[in-house]
Amino acid sequence: MNVIGKPRRRVDGRAKVVGQTRFADDLVLPRMLHCKLLRSPHPHATIVSIDAARALAHPGVHLVLTGKDVPVEYGILPVSQDESALCVDKVRFVGDPVAAVIAQDERTAQDAVDLLDVTYAPLATIAEPEDALARPEPRIHAYGDGGNVHKAVAFTFGDVDAALASADHVFDDTFYFSGNTHLPIEQQASLAAVDGDGKLTLWSSTQTPHYVHRALAKVLGIPPARIRVIACPNGGGFGGKSDVLNHEVVVAKAALLLGRPVKIALTREEVFYCHRGRHPVLMRFRTGVKNDGTLTGVHLQTLLDGGAYGSYGVASTFYTGALQTVTYKIPRYKFEGCRVFTNKPPRGPKRGHGTPQPRFGQEVQLDKIAERLNLDPAELRLRIVEEPGALTANYLQVRTIGLAECIRRVVASSRWAQTHRKLPEGRGVGLACSSYLTGAGLPIYWNRMPHSGVQLKLDRGGGVTAFCGATEIGQGSDDVLAACVAEILGIDPMDVRTVTGDTDLGPVDLGSYSSRVTLMMGNAAIEAAQRARDLLAQAVSRKLTIPVPRLVFAGGRVFDAEDPETGRSFAEAVVLAEEAFGTIGTVGSYAPPASAARFKGGGVGPSPTYSYTACVVEVEVDPATGWIHVPRVHIAHDIGRALNPTLARGQVEGSVYMALGEALMEEQSFRRLPPRLSSALVLKMPSMLEYKSPGSHDMPEVLCELVEDPDPAGPFGAKEVGQGPLAPVIPALANAVYDAVGVRIDEIPITPEKILAALEARAKGKPARVGPESFPTVPYPEPLSVPPPQEGGDGRAVNDPERHGTTKLDPRAADELRRQRDVPR
Amino acid sequence: MSFPEKARLTFRVNGEAQDVLFAPYKTLLEVLREDLALPGTKHGCELGECGACAVLLDGEPVLSCLVLGVECAGREVLTVEGLASGPELHPLQEAFADLGGAQCGYCTPGILVTAKALLDRTPDPTRAQIREALSGNLCRCTGYQQIFEAVEEGVRRCARGDHGTPEPEPSNEPGVVTE
Repeated sequence: MNVIGKPRRRVDGRAKVVGQTRFADDLVLPRMLHCKLLRSPHPHATIVSIDAARALAHPGVHLVLTGKDVPVEYGILPVSQDESALCVDKVRFVGDPVAAVIAQDERTAQDAVDLLDVTYAPLATIAEPEDALARPEPRIHAYGDGGNVHKAVAFTFGDVDAALASADHVFDDTFYFSGNTHLPIEQQASLAAVDGDGKLTLWSSTQTPHYVHRALAKVLGIPPARIRVIACPNGGGFGGKSDVLNHEVVVAKAALLLGRPVKIALTREEVFYCHRGRHPVLMRFRTGVKNDGTLTGVHLQTLLDGGAYGSYGVASTFYTGALQTVTYKIPRYKFEGCRVFTNKPPRGPKRGHGTPQPRFGQEVQLDKIAERLNLDPAELRLRIVEEPGALTANYLQVRTIGLAECIRRVVASSRWAQTHRKLPEGRGVGLACSSYLTGAGLPIYWNRMPHSGVQLKLDRGGGVTAFCGATEIGQGSDDVLAACVAEILGIDPMDVRTVTGDTDLGPVDLGSYSSRVTLMMGNAAIEAAQRARDLLAQAVSRKLTIPVPRLVFAGGRVFDAEDPETGRSFAEAVVLAEEAFGTIGTVGSYAPPASAARFKGGGVGPSPTYSYTACVVEVEVDPATGWIHVPRVHIAHDIGRALNPTLARGQVEGSVYMALGEALMEEQSFRRLPPRLSSALVLKMPSMLEYKSPGSHDMPEVLCELVEDPDPAGPFGAKEVGQGPLAPVIPALANAVYDAVGVRIDEIPITPEKILAALEARAKGKPARVGPESFPTVPYPEPLSVPPPQEGGDGRAVNDPERHGTTKLDPRAADELRRQRDVPR
Repeated sequence: MSFPEKARLTFRVNGEAQDVLFAPYKTLLEVLREDLALPGTKHGCELGECGACAVLLDGEPVLSCLVLGVECAGREVLTVEGLASGPELHPLQEAFADLGGAQCGYCTPGILVTAKALLDRTPDPTRAQIREALSGNLCRCTGYQQIFEAVEEGVRRCARGDHGTPEPEPSNEPGVVTE
């Protein structure tokens, strides 16, 4: 390996340090107009009337759009087509876009927004999940699983009640993970223009240009072939730019109507309201354990506060229950999940998508289990780590698993044996683990096509251009693309030009989400590069009469392994290949392997392989103030292989950083405006000053280790690193707080106030704990029963009416079964 | 209150004399990005909270979203576009590119000029001084550690007077403190 595994400057590194990376808001076009949105001041209301006369009469205003102009509904998931670019008849949260003004400049557009006259008829606000469960009316949406329940799902993989009954101990714990937001430093911006040939181009800060492309075709009613979406390099994404967002559709529509470029740049407050961030999740874990630490079964229930729209929420709901089994041996597993609508900004995917919340609960509960069983928490986990190659109870296929090694590394690094339960009062260490997808096994809309494609063009001057729809959001995907191609072709990555994030120029890549890009694009790039290398090798072999297997591609040359002096430069090899075969261009593509899960809902969780992480957090807690200081974090990540260790370490450290923000301070909290200002439910802290995130002073020292055991599924053995390392840090911190001061904070964030409250409770003889006291009654459906593979299951549910369809069950009987299953208990 | 339609400003940006007409309510950030075609300086909040818009005004870091353009008459502004000398990058720029100091790169321009101001005053800063100098610049990608390391490498390269090869990666061995 000449490129892979070496710490390198990323291929787009120079642009970033000279100010030449062109983000969406840096783009300016001739005749460009500017757009501003009017957003709802009401959390829930019907729109009675919109009078745009005064705004339209304002000098410099070119167009006002309302919901009637763009009524077609869309949504990121096919099952949640519940958004319109501008609200048509009702608003569902403070910040829901109602109208758009397009004017000669931003200031004029904003002035005219203030001249729009909208009359609303307020509806009752559904503020909390408990309200949503208790109040089916007014319904926020007319679809879903009844009332204000968006989605309720249930599965049982084996008889979990019997598994708990067979255990020596059953632990029953509830946890709460508050919501928080992505807070990318770049605010979203979009620019739409009609090209000279009449086609539409949208430049946008998006992680998913392919999905934006599809949504625009649907909403605008024009063929996809006449729409081009270009994802500019994102100034941070973290999941917040992976939905199709209202303003992207609005400027596209406006550009079509006006025949001029139209740009919008969101304010920071608008970014807070767009959100699509971490779901608040209430969860209950019932876990059966033998005295030796063996888990007999887990029953997990989750309740997600989804906010006002579907977004990725159905997937988020499944993800809260998907990955527990991938980490530890859990022979029987039952999961019940429910997402409700509330009148708050819609929640969606944030780094770790739906999994950090239950990971927090599971890992804190394991800490409690270890203490009760008088086991070392690291030893407990080492006993129950999932086996390599295991097919889990819920039909997830584990490949390589380096978790035990990760645990041993952080135990050694942190001197765990000398520190855990041995430090003086106020100081503590905590350990936790996690696992994460390396790419979702299924696309969000069903199809049999590749998830990622790469095209290569070889230039007779020796340059190589790699085209791919993948989106550079800062994670380094362009560098992965260049590195994979350069390694195979034996050239310098800096001699590879990457053309990415453009739906016209590159083959489809589904987007930068689910930690999928390195594995999927990387494998596609390797395939394309190998095909190109084969052509060059044949041509050089003929010319120099050296057998193909003896040719080596390295150092910008193609040469004889037995006589390295004999060879051709890479450019000369391309010339020979062009002479022999014509213009040199190759393609590669990747689609994940089929999943063993064949039950409805089994599409969320499968992945080509999973990454693993272990973490030890050190804390110092001041019992007088509750203040938490984190001096050091030890983290080891099973990455398979680090393609560029500099970037891989940056992802781990960035994950630690973001996790500490979530664990200690970041919280999307709400307040009611005073009655004289409508009592509306608004964000309490929609600014960077008030929404606290860690700064340079807050960041601890991070001791990061990359555990490399190449995984056959990954490009050069690589697994993901962008999301997984976030998840264990949060429970490790909670466990460290317990080790330091003996209080359990079973909800996130862990603030000084909560620590003091728990210390005070203990002083009064009450349980030294802050966290949810109970779990509400949730209308979960009758669970789909899927026998685990170890109990003879074939991946199908035994009580799924759709399964009987293949055995010619009377359709009416199937409908009846389906109806019974869908009725909430 | 009535404003003149346009304000006129004569100042120096990145060593060049500029004479620009602009709407008088505009911030320095807006004048740079919109009237002088210098989009390297970023905005992340327009409220002085994130540090993405930092530039040097007469050598001192300021948040250009909180400075009015009209306040800059006769003064000297340095943006990220002015850090390099022709094709030769500033040692800080080289170090940030080599050592992962920039991930998405959106906070990078503000951090680079702020770090340059630190080095101008304190040629050999401690880690604590670097933390303090950058405490007004939010970064959501890196966790700051590679930024600190890049500043320290930039210091070494400045001291050597060259842009040499990067220091080896901090060791991956357990127990080795990379702080």
